[in-house]
Amino acid sequence: MQLGGNAVVIRERNVDTDVLYPGPFLSIQDVNQMKQPLFEGLNPALRDELVGDTVLIVGENFGTGSSREHVPQAMKASGIRCVVGKSFARIFYRNCINLGMPVVVCPGAAEAASPGSRIRIDTEAGTVEVDGKRFEAKPIPAFMHDMLSSGGLVEWARVRSGAVG
Amino acid sequence: MGHTLAEKILLSRSEADSLAPGDVVMVRCDVVMTNDISGPIAFRTMREMGVEKVFDPAKVVLIPDHFVPAKDVRSAELQKVLKEWAAEQGVVFYDQGRGGIEHAVLVEDGWVVPGSVVAGGDSHTCTLGALGAFGTGLGSTDVAACLAFGEFWQAVPGTIRVEFSGEKGRFVTGKDLILAVIAQIGVDGGTDHVLEFVGPGAEALSIDERLAVANLAVEAGSETGIFPADDRTAAYLEGRTDRPWTAERSDPDAEFARSVRIELDSLPPLIALPHSPGNVVALAEAVGRRIDQVYIGNCSNGTLTDLRQAAEILRGKQVHPRTRAIVVPATQKIWRAALAEGLLDVFAAAGCIVSTPTCGACFGGGNGILAAGENALATTNRNFKGRMGSPEAGVYLGNAWVAAAAAVAGEIVDPAEVL
Repeated sequence: MQLGGNAVVIRERNVDTDVLYPGPFLSIQDVNQMKQPLFEGLNPALRDELVGDTVLIVGENFGTGSSREHVPQAMKASGIRCVVGKSFARIFYRNCINLGMPVVVCPGAAEAASPGSRIRIDTEAGTVEVDGKRFEAKPIPAFMHDMLSSGGLVEWARVRSGAVG
Repeated sequence: MGHTLAEKILLSRSEADSLAPGDVVMVRCDVVMTNDISGPIAFRTMREMGVEKVFDPAKVVLIPDHFVPAKDVRSAELQKVLKEWAAEQGVVFYDQGRGGIEHAVLVEDGWVVPGSVVAGGDSHTCTLGALGAFGTGLGSTDVAACLAFGEFWQAVPGTIRVEFSGEKGRFVTGKDLILAVIAQIGVDGGTDHVLEFVGPGAEALSIDERLAVANLAVEAGSETGIFPADDRTAAYLEGRTDRPWTAERSDPDAEFARSVRIELDSLPPLIALPHSPGNVVALAEAVGRRIDQVYIGNCSNGTLTDLRQAAEILRGKQVHPRTRAIVVPATQKIWRAALAEGLLDVFAAAGCIVSTPTCGACFGGGNGILAAGENALATTNRNFKGRMGSPEAGVYLGNAWVAAAAAVAGEIVDPAEVL
């Protein structure tokens, strides 16, 4: 998969799912409505940077905490194509893969990117480019890569259930 | 090479003949559980997967607990969806007033046995490791696939061996043991790993205290946390379940990613300061902090053991005038047991609010939200910024003895000074 966008940067370590999407908004079920409280407890102004295709650049242990899928659902609906970071919390990582949104571990790129940087990701080659400068990413395991390529767990499951051939 | 306990469980529930950390396998679920937040999205997603009926209605358990009782129309709608979907699918449903907080309900009602795999739409499904199960917290799309096919994908985690040595002192509980682990390895120290709790200090813990330890495994970033089953596990399960199980442990030659040792003889009660469960200090370092709200409850520390500890402190005393105290038994059965023992009256007489079981204020859902500038001492598992209400509030995590003592003193204090 090749994808890209402009960088939106969250530098802090251990950014938790509560600040990314606070508890009181968990009663929202409509994905479009989930966009509104995204980043509410962290920095609501970040929402204004989500214009067109974007790549979220993050630090260590991003997405720690709750299993709430509202976070990656809202990100995807807001135009975030991929998340590139230093490391990820496990359930957030799973949720992104399941939604077909690549999560790339690439500390070098995460360090080099600044807001608005042009980011290009090649998941097969395992590289991330930041304003033309190339960084090696940690390879995405084959199983997760296949799931991403098929569009996520729903598409993967539709093949299994026979809903599509 | 032998296998760790977690590897043995995953082997028994997958098609793999052998496995090693990093391998990705499909894991079969013995139980799939979801709630009023993760459930409705999962139901919709299951249909998108082209599946109309769950894989096995007898293995699916729905428990409304987060926004319970409904605080507004939107949360009432979620609970309505849950109830109607349960009836339509013929799955097990614990209605409000008959269940409680999901993980506590699964444990007390015999759904969880050693070696079983439980997939839950809540990150604290790791709590079930107290009984030697592999409990895994998943998001709604994962839960949808579990409802549809009874399976989830899993990268085999490595195992960190956590040994509790020695004997814990007065006013030290399971909560302090796991806070000590998080302090030592960090809030991401367990990423891609399972914590396996062993040693004399682990064996000496009651099941209630093991629940608190396993519950906070996720706060170290772990896949889950597991206690090998032993005589205490067997005694706890006696009469609760007719599910077959055998006690497994890690092979003597199993390979652990690393080992961590916590010496209990010198371990004081601990406090996690705002705004991270990894921000851990000895109780003595936090003494004197003003507390506006004490919250005793949640899936880690809403057990009968916790209520007994709190009642021992609060009996015949009054909650400090500047403080409010909220007591939330984790399940309806615990609530009734506490009633029968007279504990609820101890709390009420002391001026506590005694609540019905709910996740409630723990995640900022309701039932005890904090205003800007307020501090809470909570027996819960997360103190992230804004977790219990205002981002300008602070949440201190501690055990039930410490929480009850703070309710009496209106500030953080050594329980010995209050009792």
